Amino acid sequence: MCRLILAVVFVFFAGNSMAAGPLKHEAQDWSWNGIFGTYDRAQLQRGLQVYKEVCSGCHALKYVAFRNLVDLGYSKQGIRAFAKTFDVKNAEPNEEGETFTRPGRVTDYFPSPFPNEQAARASNNGAYPPNLSLMVEARPHGADYLYALLTGYKDPPKGMKISEGMNYNSAYPGHQIAMSAPLDEGAVEYTDGTKATVRQMATDVTAFLAWTAEPNLEERKSMGLKVMLFLFAFLVILIAMKRRTWADVH
Amino acid sequence: MEKKQFDNKLVQWVDHRLPVFSYMNAEYNEFPMPKNLNYFWNFGALATVVLVTMIVTGILLAMQYTPHTTLAFGSIERIMRDVNYGWLIRYIHANGASMFFIVVYIHIFRGLYYGSYKAPRELLWMLGVVILLLMMATAFMGYVLPWGQMSYWGAQVITDFFTAIPIIGNPLTEWLRGDFVIDNATLNRFFSLHYLLPFVIVGVVALHVIALHVHGSNNPDGIDIKEPQDTIPFNPYFTAKDSVGLGVFLIIFAFFVFFAPNYLGHPDNYIEANPLATPAHIVPEWYFLPFYAILRSITFDIFFLEAKLLGVIAMGAAVMILLIVPWLDTSKVRSARYRPLYRIFFWVLLVDCIILGIVGVKSPSDLVFPGISWFDYKTLGLIGTIYYFGHFLFLMPVLGLIETPRPLPTSISKPVISLSSGGGSAPIGAAAAKKEKA
Repeated sequence: MCRLILAVVFVFFAGNSMAAGPLKHEAQDWSWNGIFGTYDRAQLQRGLQVYKEVCSGCHALKYVAFRNLVDLGYSKQGIRAFAKTFDVKNAEPNEEGETFTRPGRVTDYFPSPFPNEQAARASNNGAYPPNLSLMVEARPHGADYLYALLTGYKDPPKGMKISEGMNYNSAYPGHQIAMSAPLDEGAVEYTDGTKATVRQMATDVTAFLAWTAEPNLEERKSMGLKVMLFLFAFLVILIAMKRRTWADVH
Repeated sequence: MEKKQFDNKLVQWVDHRLPVFSYMNAEYNEFPMPKNLNYFWNFGALATVVLVTMIVTGILLAMQYTPHTTLAFGSIERIMRDVNYGWLIRYIHANGASMFFIVVYIHIFRGLYYGSYKAPRELLWMLGVVILLLMMATAFMGYVLPWGQMSYWGAQVITDFFTAIPIIGNPLTEWLRGDFVIDNATLNRFFSLHYLLPFVIVGVVALHVIALHVHGSNNPDGIDIKEPQDTIPFNPYFTAKDSVGLGVFLIIFAFFVFFAPNYLGHPDNYIEANPLATPAHIVPEWYFLPFYAILRSITFDIFFLEAKLLGVIAMGAAVMILLIVPWLDTSKVRSARYRPLYRIFFWVLLVDCIILGIVGVKSPSDLVFPGISWFDYKTLGLIGTIYYFGHFLFLMPVLGLIETPRPLPTSISKPVISLSSGGGSAPIGAAAAKKEKA
């Protein structure tokens, strides 16, 4: 505990030497960028499909409830049917005092694939697949980083030794990641007929995770525009008032 | 005569028993203000507005927040997702902290430039420093509450400072944390104190305002009010002028809240606290960076004093030194406008603080200029720290003795000939403001 400040300084040194080679995350042209940006509903729906069919095997989405999917443009009946495809452990035991599993309801949150961290690590070669709900907020460069990570699986540069059970990734800090390449060409069959290339799926699931990280982004931006319009108009009035008030001061 | 002040019978009745109306009238309506104040005199009012905003949004957030290590992070997410306009209230509160520090730092530098700390305003200034200290404590504890990675590790680093104190360091730190490590006991008391301290700030702000209203505001010329023509009533003149400043400020504030709400934050705080995983970089919020740089710049022992203790002392002294500024400055002239040398070193100090802020976010071993191997950020931080203390302990006393001030105007309404370069009929305030921007 006493050496913590030194430890922090050490971490700065370590952090420096660890970055072997540049980390790549080019800025992508996301639909929600800029002050007028909004999510693309079709893209979010495709991203949900990628999450469900590929990511949900290992990664939780614990802050998102099925009911939130109305934002993606689904009907209530559709969501009800979608929730039923998940098995959810009931929070309360039944009358005999036994816990039981039942089909999901709209009020349930996305169930986690593992009961606890230990179970998750045991099934994943010691690595802990993080909860993805806030991933876009929780990483520097957010969506750009996530996209770069998902499309960053390549052959390691010559001479680089990759540890047992690790994979080379051009975007991951340190370039060695426990997760193997999650997306293969055609890993999902999109219901809207879009061709499921790795880049397409990476884009879609990143967009979906941007929405899970900040579902209120559209409301925030549209309110922001109105607030700004008001404030600028208000400022003009305030300046006029001030000038008139001060006109007689000599 | 006193009775005639108000027409309304009820107001008269109340005022005769509890003179709130005559108080407000005397202190905020008719209160005489120097008429040459520029827009830098907006920032006290702005700070008050932010303080009220923080308290109101904070009370609303506390209705939904759960101060428990296993629930805190999730309760913030519930605020962001399920509470009506919870995202808006939280973004206002989180960015409001940054806005508060921007406003207060400008307010402090305004005071340093125009010599607002000089007699008879020493206590007014010192109360301001107390407010700054309380704000820092409040901001730090507030940042811990979301229980993200930076919350937890920031708390770890800051509370660890206290272990540097000889003999009682370790027991004191345990007492402050309420545990051997940062845990639920720590989170609970931080929540309690984070709710309490803002109201203590309100109290000290009240004293600050009372002290201000004894001798009134300083002004850009730094000279005393001599005749009635020097002043204008607070209302409507400064209510109008403060409103313009408020309008501009709200636009900047709203920009951050609506279009860059996480720009001033750190991504790691969207990861729930994990005592087993140290973040790659533990960085404080931007408003603490210059102080963090001063802390880290001391990497050597002096006699029996360890580097760590010295760093903590230096960081504390960086704020505390402001308390004695009224006595360190030996010049009789308040405003830097009439102090040709001090004016230069004021700007150097400001640049020094910005450099220290940059040092605070960089790795100490990184080179400032690639190719110059001895000049890393640790060295730059040490130079910046030495300059910072040198400004207050050496330059301030010496400049006052060696400097020849420019001639002061005889009064606010009659400036010296050299001040105005034209437009004889222009209001003094406007001419002064133009001069300031040039």
